[in-house]
Amino acid sequence: MSKWDEFKESIIASQVWQSMFRHGYDDTPRNRVLAVSGNVWLHLHPSKVRRHGVRLKFTWCMGGITFLMFLITVVTGIYLMFYYRPVAEYAYADMKYLEFDMPFGMLMRNMHRWAAHAMVIAVWLHMFRVFMTGSYKPPREFNWVVGVVLLVLTLLLSFTGYLLPWDQLSIWAVTVGSNMARATPLLGHEGPFREFTGVNAVYDARAFLFGGGEIGPHTLLRFYILHCIFIPLVTTLFLIVHFWRIRRDGLSGPSL
Amino acid sequence: MAEPKVLTEVGRAPAQLTPAKRVEQTIRKAKGPGDDKIHTWPHLVRAEFLCTLIVVAGMLIWSLLVDAPLEEPAAPTRTPNPSKAPWYFLGLQEILVYFDPWHAGVVLPSFIIVGLMVLPFIDINPKGNGYYTYAERKWELLTFFVGFHILWIVLIVIGTFIRGPGWNWFWPWDPWDNHKVVAMTAVDLPYLFGLRDYWASAAFGLAVVVGYFVIGTLALYWAIVRVKGKEFMQRWGQPRFQLTAFLFLNMWAVVFKMILRLGFNVKYIMVTPWINV
Repeated sequence: MSKWDEFKESIIASQVWQSMFRHGYDDTPRNRVLAVSGNVWLHLHPSKVRRHGVRLKFTWCMGGITFLMFLITVVTGIYLMFYYRPVAEYAYADMKYLEFDMPFGMLMRNMHRWAAHAMVIAVWLHMFRVFMTGSYKPPREFNWVVGVVLLVLTLLLSFTGYLLPWDQLSIWAVTVGSNMARATPLLGHEGPFREFTGVNAVYDARAFLFGGGEIGPHTLLRFYILHCIFIPLVTTLFLIVHFWRIRRDGLSGPSL
Repeated sequence: MAEPKVLTEVGRAPAQLTPAKRVEQTIRKAKGPGDDKIHTWPHLVRAEFLCTLIVVAGMLIWSLLVDAPLEEPAAPTRTPNPSKAPWYFLGLQEILVYFDPWHAGVVLPSFIIVGLMVLPFIDINPKGNGYYTYAERKWELLTFFVGFHILWIVLIVIGTFIRGPGWNWFWPWDPWDNHKVVAMTAVDLPYLFGLRDYWASAAFGLAVVVGYFVIGTLALYWAIVRVKGKEFMQRWGQPRFQLTAFLFLNMWAVVFKMILRLGFNVKYIMVTPWINV
C-alpha cells in the first residue's frame, strides 16, 4: 500500500469522516439503497423504482421540472429580495436599479420571470401526463387532489408576483385579474345577492385581497408578503405531502 | 472457486464484468411481481440530474437572450386599452364576453377546480392505471381533451392574440384600431323568440336553462346506458353520475354560449333582476 493510499484509509477511518458518511461508495446493492435512504434529500425517492418509471417517455420529467422551476424562482427570488422594497415610492425605481446597476440583476430577474412562466406550463404538462397514464387512479386519488391544489397555488404565486414590478403592465393585469372578486356572489359589492350581506366597495372580497378599495401601496405590501412568504410556505407544505405520497405509493405502472 | 458457466448477453462470464454490471445482471434476470424494480441510485437520480442540467442551461440561455418586460411606472389614472390579465387567466377573461363576471370569474373557475379534484373519484374505470392507452379509456380521454386542451387553450389563444382595444375581435393581420366601431346588436334569447314581456321573458329563460340541464342529464343517462350498459351504470351509482353530468353539461354550456354569442348575437339566455345567464 502506497503512502497515499494509507493516508486515504486513515481519513476514511477517522471519526470525523465516519460521522458524515455512513456507507462506502462501492457499487453494491446495499450501498445503492443506502445512498438514497441515508440521504435526507434523495430519500424523497423510494430506494427502488419500477423500470418503466425512469423512462422519459413515461414521465416526461414534468413533475421534476416543475419542482426545479420552483427552486429556481426561490433562489433568484431571494436575490431579488435583497434589492427590492415593496413600497410604492421605491418599487419601480428598484426595478430599474436591479436592471442597470446590480451585478447579474437583470439575469436574475429574467430567470425569475421565465421560470415562473415555465412553471405554469410545466404544471399543466405534468397534469396532462398524469391524466394520460391514469396515474390518479387508486390508490393515488388523493395525491391528484393535492396536485390540483398545487396548480392553484402555482397560479396564485405567479399572479401575486405579477404586481411587484409596479409598472403599467403589472397593476392593470392585476386589476383585471382581481375584478372577478368584486363579482363574487354574496361577498362582492357588484355580485348577485350583495344586498343581503351589505358589502360595499371598501368592504368586500376584493377589498380584502387588495387591503383597500383600489390597488394601491397597501396592495403592493400585501401581495409582496403573499408572494414571498405566505404562498411559498403553503406550497412547500403541499409539496411535502405530494412527494411523500409518491414515495409511499411508488410510481404508477401496469400491474405485473 | 468455480463460477457457474453462465454467459451474459455480452458473452462474458459474470465474474469478468465490472461490479456495476454484475448488479445489473441480477436485476435483469429477475422475474415476477416487484422484481422489475431498479435502484433509484444511480438510475433515477442520474436521469433527474441530467434533466436538471439541461433545463437550467436552457433557462440560463433564454434569460440571457430575452429580457423580462418592464413598462412605464404604474399610473392608476391611465388605463391601457386593452387591459389584459396574465396570459394564464386570459381564458377566464375571454369567458367574460359570454357570461357575467360572477359566473365567468367565480362560479366557472370553482367548477373547474372542483371538477379536476373529483376526477379520480368519478372515473371508476380500473383500466389504464399506469400506462398509456386510448382504446381502454376512450370517453375519459375525449372529455378531458375537450375541456383541458381545446376549451382551455383555445380561450387563452383568443384572449392573448385575437382580442384588441375594447376587447374587440382583431385577426392577427388587422391593425389595432382604437376607434373600431362595433354595432351592439346582441339581444337576449327570449327577445329573439319574440317575447317582449319582462316576466314572460324571465320564465322562458329559466325554462331554457333548467331544460338544458334536465334534458341534458337524461340524454347523458340514456347515452351512457347505451354505450356502457346498465350494469356499468349500477356500479357507477347515482351520485357519481349526477356530479359528472352536472360538470359535463357546464363544460358544454360554455361552448354552446360561445356559439350563440359569436354565431347568433345572443347576449343572455335568462334575464332576472338578480342574475343573468
